[in-house]
Amino acid sequence: MDVTADEPRPWLGRSLPRVEDAALLIGRGRYIDDLGVPPGTLHAAILRSPHGHAEIVSIDPTRARALPGVTAVLVGSDVQAHSASLLVGVKAPIECWPIATDRVRYVGEPVAVVAARDRYVAEDALDLIEVAYRPLPAVIDPRAALAPDAPVLHPGLEGNLASDRVFRYGDPERAFADAAHRVAIEVDYPRSACTPIETYGVVAEYDPGLDAYDVLANFQGPFSIHAVIARALKVPGNRLRLRTPPDSGGSFGVKQGVFPYIVLIALAARATGRPVKWIEDRLEHLAASTCATNRFTRLEAAVAADGRITALTWDQIEDCGAHLRAPEPATLYRMHGNMTGAYDIRNVSIRNRVVLTNKMPTGLNRGFGGPQVYFPLERLMQRIAHELGLDPLDVIRRNLVPRGAFPYRTASGALLDSGDYAAAMESALLQGGVAELIARRDAARRDGRLYGIGYAAVVEPSVSNMGYITTVLTAAERRKAGPKNGAQSTATIALDPVGSVTVHVASVPQGQGHRTVLAQVVADVLGLKPAEVRVVTDVDTAKDGWSIASGNYSSRFAPAVTGAAHLAAMRLRERLAHIAAAQLNVPAVDVVFDGGRVQARRNRDNALSFARVAAASHWAPGTLPSEADTAIRETVFWTPPELTAPNDADEINSSLCHGFIFDICAVEIDRVTAEVRIDRYVSMHDCGRMLHPGMVAGQVNGGFAHALGAALLEEHAYGPDGSLLTGTLADYLIPTAMEVPEPLILHHETPSPLTPLGAKGVGEGNCMSTPVCIANAVADALGVADVSLPLLPARLAQQVHGPEKAPRGKTPVRPAAKEAASERQLFGEGEASVDAPATTIWAMLLDPNALMAVVPGAHAIEKVSDTCFTAEITLGIGPVKGRYRATMELSDLDPPRALTLTGSADGALGFGRGTGQVTLREEAPGRTVIGYRYQAAIGGKVASIGGRLLDGAARVIIGQFFASLARQAGGGGRPAGLWAWLRRLLGFA
Amino acid sequence: MKPARFDYVAAASAEEALEALAQEGGNARILAGGQSLLPMLNMRLARPTVLIDIMGVDEWRAVDRDGDVLRIGAAVRQVALEQDPDLARFQPLLAAALPWVGHPQTRSRGTVCGSIAHADPSAELPLVLVALGGTVHLRSRRRKRVLSAQNFFTGMMSTAREDDELIEAIALPKARTRTGYAFREVARRHGDFAIVACAAVVNGVRAQLAVGGVADRPALCELPAPGAAGLDEALDDFAWSLEARDDLHATARYRRELVRRLGRTTLEEAVRCRA
Amino acid sequence: MPRLSADCRHMVSFTLNGAPVSGEAEPRMLLSDFLRYVVGATGTHVGCEHGLCGACTVEIDGQPGRACLTLAVQVRGAQIRTVEGLAPAPDRLSVLQECFREHHGLQCGFCTPGILVTLDALLRDNPAASEPEIREALAGHLCRCTGYVSIMRAALAAQQRLGKKTDA
Ligand code: FES
Ligand code: FES
Repeated sequence: MDVTADEPRPWLGRSLPRVEDAALLIGRGRYIDDLGVPPGTLHAAILRSPHGHAEIVSIDPTRARALPGVTAVLVGSDVQAHSASLLVGVKAPIECWPIATDRVRYVGEPVAVVAARDRYVAEDALDLIEVAYRPLPAVIDPRAALAPDAPVLHPGLEGNLASDRVFRYGDPERAFADAAHRVAIEVDYPRSACTPIETYGVVAEYDPGLDAYDVLANFQGPFSIHAVIARALKVPGNRLRLRTPPDSGGSFGVKQGVFPYIVLIALAARATGRPVKWIEDRLEHLAASTCATNRFTRLEAAVAADGRITALTWDQIEDCGAHLRAPEPATLYRMHGNMTGAYDIRNVSIRNRVVLTNKMPTGLNRGFGGPQVYFPLERLMQRIAHELGLDPLDVIRRNLVPRGAFPYRTASGALLDSGDYAAAMESALLQGGVAELIARRDAARRDGRLYGIGYAAVVEPSVSNMGYITTVLTAAERRKAGPKNGAQSTATIALDPVGSVTVHVASVPQGQGHRTVLAQVVADVLGLKPAEVRVVTDVDTAKDGWSIASGNYSSRFAPAVTGAAHLAAMRLRERLAHIAAAQLNVPAVDVVFDGGRVQARRNRDNALSFARVAAASHWAPGTLPSEADTAIRETVFWTPPELTAPNDADEINSSLCHGFIFDICAVEIDRVTAEVRIDRYVSMHDCGRMLHPGMVAGQVNGGFAHALGAALLEEHAYGPDGSLLTGTLADYLIPTAMEVPEPLILHHETPSPLTPLGAKGVGEGNCMSTPVCIANAVADALGVADVSLPLLPARLAQQVHGPEKAPRGKTPVRPAAKEAASERQLFGEGEASVDAPATTIWAMLLDPNALMAVVPGAHAIEKVSDTCFTAEITLGIGPVKGRYRATMELSDLDPPRALTLTGSADGALGFGRGTGQVTLREEAPGRTVIGYRYQAAIGGKVASIGGRLLDGAARVIIGQFFASLARQAGGGGRPAGLWAWLRRLLGFA
Repeated sequence: MKPARFDYVAAASAEEALEALAQEGGNARILAGGQSLLPMLNMRLARPTVLIDIMGVDEWRAVDRDGDVLRIGAAVRQVALEQDPDLARFQPLLAAALPWVGHPQTRSRGTVCGSIAHADPSAELPLVLVALGGTVHLRSRRRKRVLSAQNFFTGMMSTAREDDELIEAIALPKARTRTGYAFREVARRHGDFAIVACAAVVNGVRAQLAVGGVADRPALCELPAPGAAGLDEALDDFAWSLEARDDLHATARYRRELVRRLGRTTLEEAVRCRA
Repeated sequence: MPRLSADCRHMVSFTLNGAPVSGEAEPRMLLSDFLRYVVGATGTHVGCEHGLCGACTVEIDGQPGRACLTLAVQVRGAQIRTVEGLAPAPDRLSVLQECFREHHGLQCGFCTPGILVTLDALLRDNPAASEPEIREALAGHLCRCTGYVSIMRAALAAQQRLGKKTDA
């Protein structure tokens, strides 16, 4: 076998077992919460807003501070005293603090941080912090946020619009004027997140002597955020040492969002003079980590009669939640060069607006910006086919970037590096058995079953240009700020005194097997076995080579980081070759690295052990041919020249590599349950050269499962008052092994000419292609034009089940009490007949003692004025009991006929506010009909973690109130029957 | 997400458990597996001052097959029944429903009576108890009493249990001859709380359908047998009578439709099982 | 009757992976926290603390259960088995672990300990476990990385290999 140094060795491209696994399989992983902490470390817990939008009237941490075991309680002003607002990525007068200062803007926003002996005590202390809020109206829909009368989140902004930019490429107006058809689609893309199973974690220390912070966090990058954190902590970058643990339990972008908590916990360490550790819990994660943006999009195409698209007009309203956190609004701009997808469309206009709403701030999430773009685009492709009476596959075929056009510059500036989209698509159709699926669909439809097929063609960008986000600025603003571009990857290879090899990269993997692949890359270059190469991937910004692009995002590992490692290994090998050449008496070009030996090409017996050559620079530097040949440590920074800054025409090559995906999905929808069953899913990938096919499959399967969740199950849902409806994993539904089918994965390799090893990213593509592909299949099955995510069976049921007949016979069962629990709003009305004169009941309503006797669970009543009372009440349902402070106010008094009753209750478990109109009508002497209508809003902790429970509980409590009013008033009237009747009225009989 | 403080009593006998309960009343919670209670403790939704662990009470660990009755003690874990090879013959409805209760990893700890006591309107075991006309055996230091399932469940997570009482056992009738049983459920994912769960019991003279997940407690209805006239209308009336509501996971209308459609499928399956 | 007061720590002893362990815990301390922070057995992970992710699954007296839904004081005297106890020797993987490695049944590995505990018990108690049975047992676990495909492959491979062993 004649393996020469210049030939690729066999390691790369093989699915070797991962070096990571041995430790992880026996419970010896080293995740952040597994690492020891210094003695005296305190544990943090965070008090969070129960309101979507409210002013903080007062915070009183006195009782919490007094709790034994508690060292400190920090509130907004404590944080502001030692830090600056987090940097905001647009030119707008808004600040972004990691904790609420004067108002809360989303459920879960930090309000106070407790540092205590352990987490249990810290949580005890949270219960003792008293916060008074004045609730404000909330806005949760991005379009509603733009209305002139919408509640404003950041008063400095005079509205909720943080950025508004218009882009124009080619001549879209002309193309639309000339077009035979215009086809448009509107999409509300919902929020979801990839929810890693390990939550956030931070351990922070502060050194007052140096004014320096040392932070360990399971942060994933990009390390541009290091600058944001240092600035917020008001220290230079060299006084913020940021380290990551060796293992991280998944991220998918999400752990970028830990950075505001790094600031908070660092400040807690400073305040207490002790190390402080915080491990986020799942409720905190679901309410206040980060998630993908939701977006409203209107997309219109100018289409020729044959289905060829000549122009696109995008109108995107991006919802970044309550704060514009770095690097947002990057989600909106990540795809900016790719707004034409896999298609050759030369004319494009785009309007991009960014709005703020009362929801969790958004950030990185697998697919970053892709799902929001491809859902409208690929739905539109299906609509075009439908409206023009064409085969959807023909519409795709006619518009694909043609073979031979690569590298292809898109209208908005991306450079599609390589591909043969048509060939990949045809191969997918063939291998995926589309003809058979179509036959199956025909047969199913003949049987009256609901069967549909969908497609999606997608370009998957990877290796983000660090400059793309500046496209949000105008060219003039960019000139002022200075150019931003590129994407530095770094790798260091070190040779130790016994000649063994250690590789370090600042790639911070969270399960992607970086160590295995890098060992393969370097072993190939140096002629070693992968097991002989040790790889370290965690980061210490005080010691390691890193740059702003470091980290694990935009699928940059395979295309970029491995490339940097490859270059570093090549450079080191070149020097080692010089060293060996002198000893082997051959020219350096004739030195070969193979099998752990360094050999002369033409006489393999003339050889040295690799270790000996590799150790030479340590032990005998004097024998080196020249100083330049010192081979101890080699660090390479590599940035692709193609990643230039946006130009004055706003053209931007937003990513270096562009993979291609063609997906096919066949579904059947159950006639009884309206559930979607995936009959087959085919995913064709061109991700360039595959470095480790096993891991490529793992990435595709994992991304597919995330996408399936987003399509069928997951949504970060909010009520109109800003309450969070999906605060637990019982409501935020992550797919399990029962829900995820196995996709058929196919490949069509066209290596990237722009990356050192020809690889492209592959981890995010299915998050872009799969949601819309499933939606297209469902739309095809149901024959409908509009489908929205998640594809809830209850939503699809409208079509599947057809119209519902009104109930038989008389009237609906509950004529008197029409109740609709629309999100967290409860409405109800009813009446009760009582054996008492109206004046008696009237007197009762105005007597605090009598009234409070009616309020369920009331004690400690206080009269504030003639028409205003407060009380402590204890309310509960099942085991869920809590104490609340209640206020009740009477107004619009019209004795003895009518009044308005306004009540509120606040407690640790939640809050409720309601208004009831009460009317009294004497239907006979001594016999009064009490009529009531109420409207109540409930929220807070119980709303987000037990919504199911809450509506029932609120109804029970309101019911109890009116029942006991009637009972008290009616004396011995008909309490039992009335009680039962009232219960039925209220809908829980 | 850590529980607030509480005392812990590991009762070694029924008397000890009842004594502790008599002293603490409403501030105590019985810990019988804890698979519903612990999440509430961790989230601090429930804040009892004392937990009374009854899993060490021998007399409550028994499953008795007393003639035609299956009596399941308070400390019997769900897995114990699931692994009983005779269960499917003795009470097929329970056997059919058990795999739908949570996951194997929660059934291993959770008790049957604990789920009954929790009275979640979407839970499977309360539904089975109602469908079979089972009974709940309550006991306090003062007295013992037996309630029918229908009388035991009073609303959303609310029962007729008094503060000093605990469920000592539940009892279910043995499968009757020429009677068919069937269970069906629709949930967002396997193991989730039911959007609609149906339990059907059909014999030569009558067809009964119990529905969970819709009203605030399991609801039972006598219906014309499949094949007889008027089933559709009766199912429609039943569906409307449950006063379904919209929530995050399903609409009221979807729930009604499932009562009609899944209800019919379940009844038909029960008829088939009869044969 | 023994009543453990909320205000103090109490001795908790049990058998962990065949060896006795003990430590002190308040009544409210979760078994997951006790294992990780008192005993130092950090192989068992915590992902939700409300029983839905499965990361904390350990074997309690022969049955897989949620350590986050179990109090440390509840397992006094119990036999507990965790991921640390699955391998036959420190330098050898079990058949199941080996299959996970071969089939790339893990990525970040955070869900893995709980999944291994469930599958280990399943394949021991039911060596003929079918694909649907394995899938159903797995449904009590959330994995965000793998999409479950490789986990199912690994589990089926282990089932095959262990089945053969029993035959031989
Ligand atoms: S941590 Fe126990 S199930 Fe999630
Ligand atoms: S391997 Fe990461 S969660 Fe399963």
